[in-house]
Amino acid sequence: MAADIKSKTELEPETIVAVAKLHKSFGKAVAIDEISFEIKRGEVVGLLGANGAGKSTTIQILLGLIAQTSGQVSIFGMDPWKERVAVLARCNFSSAYVALPYNLKVVENLDVFAQLYGVSNRKKKISDLLELFEVGHLAQKMTGGLSSGESTRVNLCKALLNDPEFLLLDEPTASLDPDIADKVRKLLAQVQAERHMTVLYTSHNMRDVQELCQRVLFLHQGKIIAEGSSEAILAQFGQETLEEVFIAIARNQVTTSFVSGERL
Amino acid sequence: MILVRPGRVLGLCHRYFYIYTRSGFRVLDVIFWPVMDLIVWGFVAKYFMRLDSANPTAITFLIGAIIFFNILNRAQQSISVSFLEDLWSRNLLNAFVAPITVAEFVASTFVVGLTQIFAVSLIMSGLAFALYAFNILTISFALIPLFLNLLFMGWSLGMFTTSLIFRFGHQAEALAWAVPFLIQPISAVFYPVSVLPEWLQPVAYMVPATYVFEGMRAVLSGHGDITNYLVTASGLNVFYFIAVSIFFGAMLNSARERGALAKLVV
Repeated sequence: MAADIKSKTELEPETIVAVAKLHKSFGKAVAIDEISFEIKRGEVVGLLGANGAGKSTTIQILLGLIAQTSGQVSIFGMDPWKERVAVLARCNFSSAYVALPYNLKVVENLDVFAQLYGVSNRKKKISDLLELFEVGHLAQKMTGGLSSGESTRVNLCKALLNDPEFLLLDEPTASLDPDIADKVRKLLAQVQAERHMTVLYTSHNMRDVQELCQRVLFLHQGKIIAEGSSEAILAQFGQETLEEVFIAIARNQVTTSFVSGERL
Repeated sequence: MILVRPGRVLGLCHRYFYIYTRSGFRVLDVIFWPVMDLIVWGFVAKYFMRLDSANPTAITFLIGAIIFFNILNRAQQSISVSFLEDLWSRNLLNAFVAPITVAEFVASTFVVGLTQIFAVSLIMSGLAFALYAFNILTISFALIPLFLNLLFMGWSLGMFTTSLIFRFGHQAEALAWAVPFLIQPISAVFYPVSVLPEWLQPVAYMVPATYVFEGMRAVLSGHGDITNYLVTASGLNVFYFIAVSIFFGAMLNSARERGALAKLVV
């Protein structure tokens, strides 16, 4: 019996995020319509959808910024609403649209967040991350004076300060030139592989998603209308790129059988 | 359950320290207005002293009131304006998704406020002594409980104002500066409660600061024992602090449920 249990846990990776029948409405407007999904340890999952599809609301619920109307969310087996601090200590977040305080030096910003996350040996941790993302020379520069590419990489340093087990990335390569975006993608892939980190990734850049994500969730009008590997989704929708799938879904050019909330 | 971990509070304080010391305008904002108040109203009081009917203690009352009101005002702003600083720098999301408790966040604003108040009060007291020969230490040991009561009332007002920003969003930002001045007329800051119309006096007696300013005038005019004032002010402060803490938690949760918090911080 014990051997059976052991072999089962070895075969099935631990569930890091479990979302069941999650529903959120703002008055009469439904933002998320009873979505369910799971993310296993070490998985990189892309959350895609047009503007207003429910991506941001989903992420904000996972981060404890918004309370769901109904349904359950579990991260590391805990309710992020009730055990917010314990959950957030093992997570981190980075968004191209959320800046660090502009009037602090890069190293000061990272030191402040290292303190908030209770990081030990802060100086070494910060220095290692700055070197990893090739921004060590910016340590003493004011954060407000960074370019988009530099700012994104510093944000990612902040997001990795606490060695998160679960990382939420909101369009990390938005507004980056192709060269920097490619560097960031490769670094993220490297870090994720080395640390076996679980990642939920939202992006409008389909290349990011195809390169980084093992599985994709397509949201449309608050529902998950497609879920699977990039290859499976392309085959299912009869398209050649995820961008074509994205456009077809955004323009309601998909058959009703897809719009069922069923997994592929 | 740990509500306040010193390391986290220290981290948040570091952030405010960097923000304030990097901005000359913020430092100016903290020091400039109180010092201007002291200079202008001090000279106005000196002028009144020359008039025949003037009470010789009027200038000490006025200068003491200006210094004390600044403590209340600064304590209130240390919470509400610190919160706005985070909003304006679009950094609140990073702070809200870090593993810090609301109590740690509020505690850091208390520490920052206390530091500012000490600094500004020292400057004002020094100026008051140099310009008007007003020695705040004549208030003696009563200074400490009077100071603490104003501090707690300011913090309660700051949490109340921040709660309203959670509820009404950016449109309520002006309250961060307005609230202390809304209660100033009924707090007996510059005049005794007896000056107010009779129907307004019960309202004034519900404000902890009223007892502090009445107490301050009693001490300055040599009418010794102000224990009753201090006990009443402390009792009211404890009541309001608990009530406002509950209100703050409720408004924060309501903002989370309505999605208003996400809109505010993103």
